[in-house]
Amino acid sequence: MVRVKLWGSLRAFADGEEWVEVEASNFKELLDALVEKHPGLAPQVKRGVSLALDGVIYREAWFTKIGPENEVILMPYMVGG
Amino acid sequence: MKTIPVATTINGDETEFLCHTDESLLDVLRDRLGLTGAKEGCGTGDCGACSVMMNGRLVCSCLVLGVETEGAEIETIEGMAKGDTLHPLQRVFLEEAALQCGICTPGILVAAKALLEKNPDPTDTEVRYWLAGNLCRCTGYDKIIKAVQKAAAEMRAA
Amino acid sequence: MAFDDQVKRRFNVVGTRVTRPDGIDKVTGKAAYGADISAPGMLHGRILRSPHAHARIVSIDTSEAEALAGVKAVVTGADLAMPEDADFADVAINCLARDKALYDGHAVAAVAATSKAIAKQAIRLIKVEYEVLPHVTDVDAAMKPDAPVVQEGRALENVPAGKSQNVTTYCKFGHGDLDAGFAKADKIIERSFKTAATHQGYIEPQACMASLGNDGRGEVWCCTQGQYMVRANCAAVLGVEESQLRITASEIGGGFGGKTSTFIEPVALALSRKSGKPVKIVMTRDEVLKATGPTISSSMDIKIGMTKDGRITAARGELRYSGGAYPNFTVEMGAQAAFAAYDLEAVETIGWNAMTNRPKEIPYRAPGAPTAIYAVESVVDELCQELGLDPLDVRLMNAARKGTLSSYGPTFNEIGLVATLEAAKAHPHYTAPLGPNQGRGLSCGFWFNFGGNTCVSLNINDDGTVGVVEGNPDIGGSRASISMMAAEELGVPYDKVRTVIADTSSLGFNDITDGSRVTFAVGLATIEAARAAIKEMCRRVAKIWDIDEDAVIWEDGAAKPAGPNAGTHPPMTLAEIAAIAGNTGGPIAGHHEVNADGAGVSFGVHLCDTEVDPETGAVKILRYTVFQDAGKAVHPDYVEGQMQGGAVQGIGWALNEEYIYGEDGRLQNPAFLDYRIPVASDLPPIETVILEIPNPGHPYGVRGVGETPIVPPLAAIANAVSRAANVRLTELPMSPPRVLKAITG
Repeated sequence: MVRVKLWGSLRAFADGEEWVEVEASNFKELLDALVEKHPGLAPQVKRGVSLALDGVIYREAWFTKIGPENEVILMPYMVGG
Repeated sequence: MKTIPVATTINGDETEFLCHTDESLLDVLRDRLGLTGAKEGCGTGDCGACSVMMNGRLVCSCLVLGVETEGAEIETIEGMAKGDTLHPLQRVFLEEAALQCGICTPGILVAAKALLEKNPDPTDTEVRYWLAGNLCRCTGYDKIIKAVQKAAAEMRAA
Repeated sequence: MAFDDQVKRRFNVVGTRVTRPDGIDKVTGKAAYGADISAPGMLHGRILRSPHAHARIVSIDTSEAEALAGVKAVVTGADLAMPEDADFADVAINCLARDKALYDGHAVAAVAATSKAIAKQAIRLIKVEYEVLPHVTDVDAAMKPDAPVVQEGRALENVPAGKSQNVTTYCKFGHGDLDAGFAKADKIIERSFKTAATHQGYIEPQACMASLGNDGRGEVWCCTQGQYMVRANCAAVLGVEESQLRITASEIGGGFGGKTSTFIEPVALALSRKSGKPVKIVMTRDEVLKATGPTISSSMDIKIGMTKDGRITAARGELRYSGGAYPNFTVEMGAQAAFAAYDLEAVETIGWNAMTNRPKEIPYRAPGAPTAIYAVESVVDELCQELGLDPLDVRLMNAARKGTLSSYGPTFNEIGLVATLEAAKAHPHYTAPLGPNQGRGLSCGFWFNFGGNTCVSLNINDDGTVGVVEGNPDIGGSRASISMMAAEELGVPYDKVRTVIADTSSLGFNDITDGSRVTFAVGLATIEAARAAIKEMCRRVAKIWDIDEDAVIWEDGAAKPAGPNAGTHPPMTLAEIAAIAGNTGGPIAGHHEVNADGAGVSFGVHLCDTEVDPETGAVKILRYTVFQDAGKAVHPDYVEGQMQGGAVQGIGWALNEEYIYGEDGRLQNPAFLDYRIPVASDLPPIETVILEIPNPGHPYGVRGVGETPIVPPLAAIANAVSRAANVRLTELPMSPPRVLKAITG
């Protein structure tokens, strides 16, 4: 199981939870499991999310390995200037 | 609208062209003569990217009409290097990384050359005020001022 | 992604100050920018723009324009496809409006004619019937439930009910118990701030030349931060296939984020398709300011609590950004970045985006961060003043560091903030004496930095030179940095390497030049491409020497036997290997494709001394020093250049630059004369201190540097002004009338 932290305004779509626990071994599985558990998250996931894994931000990398020992934080997808 | 024939000297070469009466020198240089070194950043004389010399005077070529240059001597960035030898300002701008995107660089070089011809030993403040009509959005001007001063010192020593 | 075990720290080429490869062309006027090329038979395009802030387009009659001699095509929104994807659809209706004009300057129709003069005359002959609608340009006004609605049905699912339909985005970040935190504070300050929209202000207006046949094949030459982005937008908006469009990025005369979108290329292509001729469009400065990306305008509330010895106990921010007439997510980045420099037990940031009748916001250097951090750093500074504390010590005490739970969620790894603050504290600038009416301010700044999709191809030429092909427009000397990293890895001199920027048909997809990503991500891909070429060269040499591949190593630009057991072969240089490549298996090349991550966040600290003229309210910058962690400065001159240029853009934002809208919703100052960017005489030297704390996510430790420097100046100057004039301004820009009013009350 992986614990993933949702940012504040996402929690309304996950029964108010800050941390959601899902079965996943990579970013893709995590997103799929999140949407399955909380379908209200689907529009944001479709728009795009980033993932901070132990403090390093990944923007799209589906197959980034994650495990129970990692700190996994969901973030909005970001752009620069 | 009819065009009018104009005879000038550009970078030492006698040049004749036809232009409309409302056409700017900048448009003539760029569109009729293929001299695209002078840039149009604003078209209102605010940015200096189109700076050229006309009869020894620094002008915004977007504010000069092509027909006004009858009999005039025009110098543009394309005439600054002599053959394959760069003007000291050009060389030092490269050495000192005094450009990033480079769009303002031709205008700034033409303006800086005009300054050093009038005042070979300017203070930093004099350089900054002289170049106040040439906008640069990339560099913050710091390396430009340093490069002008380094080139000035070299030119004085030469 | 697998990174090197150890970041390389000893370099031959990286870290030196070589001359850039595009330099001669740029000092002699030869470099070809967007507006600098022409084609035989080329037409000139020109765009008709709405004079109204908000109006329904009842009808457009183009017949008189079409009848004018020399006019070869007229197009309106109906000539473009309407993509299903919302982002592409926004690009389409921003290129040419459909049913409504959404802001003063919104493109409505376009013509192509045989001369600029005829094109100009022709757009005046287009008759547009408008039904003028109520408009809104202020973000706070736009959020009110009864505000005129810019676009209907654009709010996201997460926006709470009861807001105006203009509110499209809501976000919230943070952690901890705010009430408990504020209860622990000895002093709480709550302030509201407003900042004006500013423009990226690149000196080169958007320009392109485009050609499209009715077979769907097209070519575009344009100044852009991303030729692949232009291709995707043009393909979607014109309904053609990407493979049929070849986009070539010209030299680019500045971007700063402003050239990460598409305004004129689809219009030029549509005109070309209709006329059968190449069409060139060059924007005027007026068009650039009215219709291309300014940044957001903002309204913000910040509340921070502090103990009397300087520890922040709780912090809350609410940001209201307007990204113009379209939905926009910049506030998400502002809300995440706002408190990133601090180690906070309790923090909350809320963000809203509201649509207004202003042009579509386009990212500007660290989008979202400068305004939010300006507000936060102003309040932190005011707390220091009220409590009589040293502002640098307070920032050091509260600084985010390794192990800090960041305000946006993740726990920080190694970050350079404390080192940067300490460098500022140790610098003579911090203790230099000040005169009357003078004050010193400081601010931290932060940006995320990105990697992203990147392709690099590296060719070993038969004469022993090297060609690197990459796909990101060079906006500030990146070709030099890329060549340097290739030379470093291959062990050849810098001048043996030439880096070129590919068109979209010559190399695979690359993300735009944004997010301070190029030196990091393209550099990383270049190093990996060089390693692939080295591996192949070692393989060839192993065959020649008839030994195992593993027994050949690469050192100082040559293949060598790994040890005594591998034999006594003399080294074979890259040039020697290249010369016989045909005999050993054919041309040698390396390539690398990656969606790079691990860019590593970036912090900066700026120190600024100002003098405020009590008679006029004019603020003069006396001294300015930028401290920033670059990870590894590949080309220190261009790192300094980013730090200086970003700082000066921030100075402009703080003191002069603003979009001023009249009661009629029209932009009042669409020219450089009164949209005043800093000029040389406004400024002192910008001193720089580069710190090099290696980024573990890059083989050489490189970190993006381009965006962070625009973040701190806004607050650094506001804080300096407050100490110079004993007034706290909470609105940007701090133009002389505003400062004078604050002084005289």
